[in-house]
Parts: sequence; structure tokens; C-alpha cells
Amino acid sequence: MQDQDFILQTRGLNVYYDTKRVITDVNLDVARNRITAIIGPSGCGKSTLLRCFNRMNDLIPTARVEGQVLFDGLDLYGHDVDPTEIRYLIGMVFQRPNPFPKSIFDNVAFGPRINGFHGDINELVERSIRRAALWDEVKDRLKASALSLSGGQQQRLCIARALAVEPRVILMDEPCSALDPIATLAIEELMRELSEDYSIIIVTHNMQQAARVSHYTAFLMVEETRAGFMVEFGESRQIFTNPEDERTEAYITGRFG
Amino acid sequence: MVRADFDKNLGELEAELMGLGEMVEKAIIKSMDALERRDLAVAYEVVAEDDLIDEKRFELEEKCIDLIATQQPLAIDLRTLLAVLHIAVELERMGDYAEGIGKICLIIGDDEPVEMPKQLSQMAEMGIAMLRRSLKSLMDRDTDLANDVWDSDDEVDALYDGVCRQIFLDMGQQPKTIEAATHFLWVAHDLERIADRATNIAERVIFVVTGRIGRYQPPQESK
Repeated sequence: MQDQDFILQTRGLNVYYDTKRVITDVNLDVARNRITAIIGPSGCGKSTLLRCFNRMNDLIPTARVEGQVLFDGLDLYGHDVDPTEIRYLIGMVFQRPNPFPKSIFDNVAFGPRINGFHGDINELVERSIRRAALWDEVKDRLKASALSLSGGQQQRLCIARALAVEPRVILMDEPCSALDPIATLAIEELMRELSEDYSIIIVTHNMQQAARVSHYTAFLMVEETRAGFMVEFGESRQIFTNPEDERTEAYITGRFG
Repeated sequence: MVRADFDKNLGELEAELMGLGEMVEKAIIKSMDALERRDLAVAYEVVAEDDLIDEKRFELEEKCIDLIATQQPLAIDLRTLLAVLHIAVELERMGDYAEGIGKICLIIGDDEPVEMPKQLSQMAEMGIAMLRRSLKSLMDRDTDLANDVWDSDDEVDALYDGVCRQIFLDMGQQPKTIEAATHFLWVAHDLERIADRATNIAERVIFVVTGRIGRYQPPQESK
């Protein structure tokens, strides 16, 4: 990972809910235009860590973040940073597809519009939906409700919606856990395509998915005395064939605990 | 402990691989015994029993493929299964060399005894020891023992060179024995290859333990 171009970096990152620490001293480098997977058992802080990257934890009143999250060198938790702006640049796709109860078109146009977009909205919507590999399936029914789409299509629509505000990073929190295997593979394929232009961080419970789709993998763990610490980080091919830490090995071979 | 069933399968697979190793070891011993004593009945047995070795290899291969397909192994499990696949093939090829020696034995026959060069027995003994050590190093996940196998290979190669020179010398001095001597050259070649295959097994052991793939490189002595 030397001499590499990082878009996001955490430095001494700790996250607390009230007095309970849930992320412990995480230093993670996220490579630009690559897919980084975060894996680990339930409750290890994967999603909390992911949500630090676009300040989604701000929405939880008891959450407190210590340390730095650098976005191209800029501290995301600095005083003059507007979290709303950050969430355009660092978009998010959630576990369950969550389209607005609006038309397909309006779902994608929503972000740019409230953002004061003045260009050709038709062109932007088409480009975003095309980029999300959904255009051919919806081009004749853009006025139809987004809720009429299948789960996999809805998730790709949510990706199109994130892309419409021209982000640099896409955070994905178990984006396929509500999808069938074919829809899952379609999203994975899309992720690989998108990684040419975007940096992607994905949290997944599915280790095979992390192995298939990601370039780098971070393994997080939770212990009785320590929560949300990073055990190992490396190229995915190395993590999944020859991890250095025996705890990583135990987890990815399914012999945890 | 989760995955108890998978662990049991892996354990059984390795035990079967050791079983294949024993079959191969026995074949080598029997082939050399047949050659030394000109026992054609034993030589026939070696040739016939090679089919069992082949069958066992395919059986092991199928079990590996089943486990890869159904268990999606990763990390140490993946490396172990890939190594078992590879080693099963190496063992089967070693069995072929034993069969080859059995066939040579049948060709030479028992009517005109020509004495077998002594170094051949020595080569066979070393090859068998290397085979045993390579498989033990797998069971014990012992890279030091695996490294020892390479060291022995140099000695086998030296013996091979020596026996070839001796056979050529004999050919010159006793032209009548040229045919038998040519066959012994083949035996020497087969034995040399058996030792090589043992080093291949040792290479896989290094892979299982360290994840490093490729030709073995002896550890650099610090000066």
C-alpha cells in the first residue's frame, strides 16, 4: 500500500455511544477508485465505521467521534465542514433499497434539484441511471413509481440516485443482503464498473462477496474489553488466501469462537 | 467450534492422502524388491496394483472438488485442499515410476541375470525416506522437515550421476550387458524422478503453511 493514492484515511479514530466505546483506534487507508470491504462479526462496528465516512453518526445524538477522518487530506470533522455537503460527495447506499415513493425519474432528480442544479436534468437523470446499469430496464417507464421496481432494480435506482449528485465516494452498507443471488451479482458487477470512477467502501456479512468484489479488505473484531478494532487490513486476495492474523483466519474460515 | 463437519471431512481427506502415500511407498519397495530378486510375480503385482493407485488419486480429486464446490473454503482450508489435489497427483506419478520399474523388471526377465547396480537400492531407500518425510511434514505442518526433503534431493541427484557413470563404464567394458544396463539407466531415472516428486510435495507443504507458492528457495544464511 506504499505510495498509493488514498481518498479517505482515518487516524486514531474512536467512536463512543454515550460512554461506551464502539470503535477503537482505527487507522484505515481507503484507496482511490478501488473497492474496500469492511468485514467482521455482528457488533464489531463495521456500520459505525462506515457511517463515520459521511458523518451519518452525527444523526445519533449520543454518538461522539474522536480522532480524524481525512477526505483528500481535509478533516471531515473540522469546524467549518458542512455535513450535508459531505453527504453529497460521499454518498450512501443502504441495506434495504429505500427509494422515495415517487417516480423513477424524480428519485434520481431529487438530489440535484434540492441542490440547485441548473443544467439539463433529463440528461443528468439518464446518465445516472445508465451508469447504474438500469437504463434499459426503466427507460420506457420513467414516470412509473419507483416502488413498482424489483428489489434489485430499486437498489440500482438508489445507486443512480447517489450518482446523480456526483459523489466521489460511495458507501455501501450490506447493499445486497435483501437481494436474490442474481440481483446480488448484478450489483457486484456494477460496483466493479463504478470503481473505475468512484471509490467504494462496502460493509458486508458475506465473505464470499467481499472476496469477489473488493480490492482491499479490513477485518474488524469485538472483544469483551475492546470494541471495533481493526485486526488486519490488506489486499483481498491475500486476506482470503493467506491472512496474517490467526483471528482473521478463524473468522474467514468460519471457525470463529 | 463451528464447521465441525467440514473439519472432519478435511481430516479424513488428509488421512486418505496418507493412505495413498503408503500405497505408493509399498509399490516402490515391491518394484525394487522384484528387480533385485528377479521376481516376476511380484513385478506383475506392482504393475497391476498401479490401477488401484490411479483410482485412489481420482477419488481424492473428486472429494477435493466436492469440498471446494460445497464449502467454499478460504485461507488455510483453501490452501490445504489445493495442496491435497496437487499432492495426490504427485503421488500417483510416483506410483507410475514404480510401475515403470515393475515393467522393466518384466522386460529384463529372469533368464540372464545381470547384477543390479547397488546404488539403485540406495537411491530407492532415499527416495522412500523423502516421500515419508514430505508426507510427515504435511501432517505436522513442519516447514523445517519439508526443507530437509530438498537437501536430500541433492544427494539423490549425486547418486544418480554416479550410477549413470558406472553404468556407462560397464557398457563399455561388457558390451553383452548393454541391453540390461540400458534398462537400469531407466530405473535410475525413475528413482531420480521419485525423489523430485517428493520435493514437489514438500513445496506444497511450504505453500500450505506460508501461502508462498513457486520453487523452493533455501533460507539465506546470515553472514
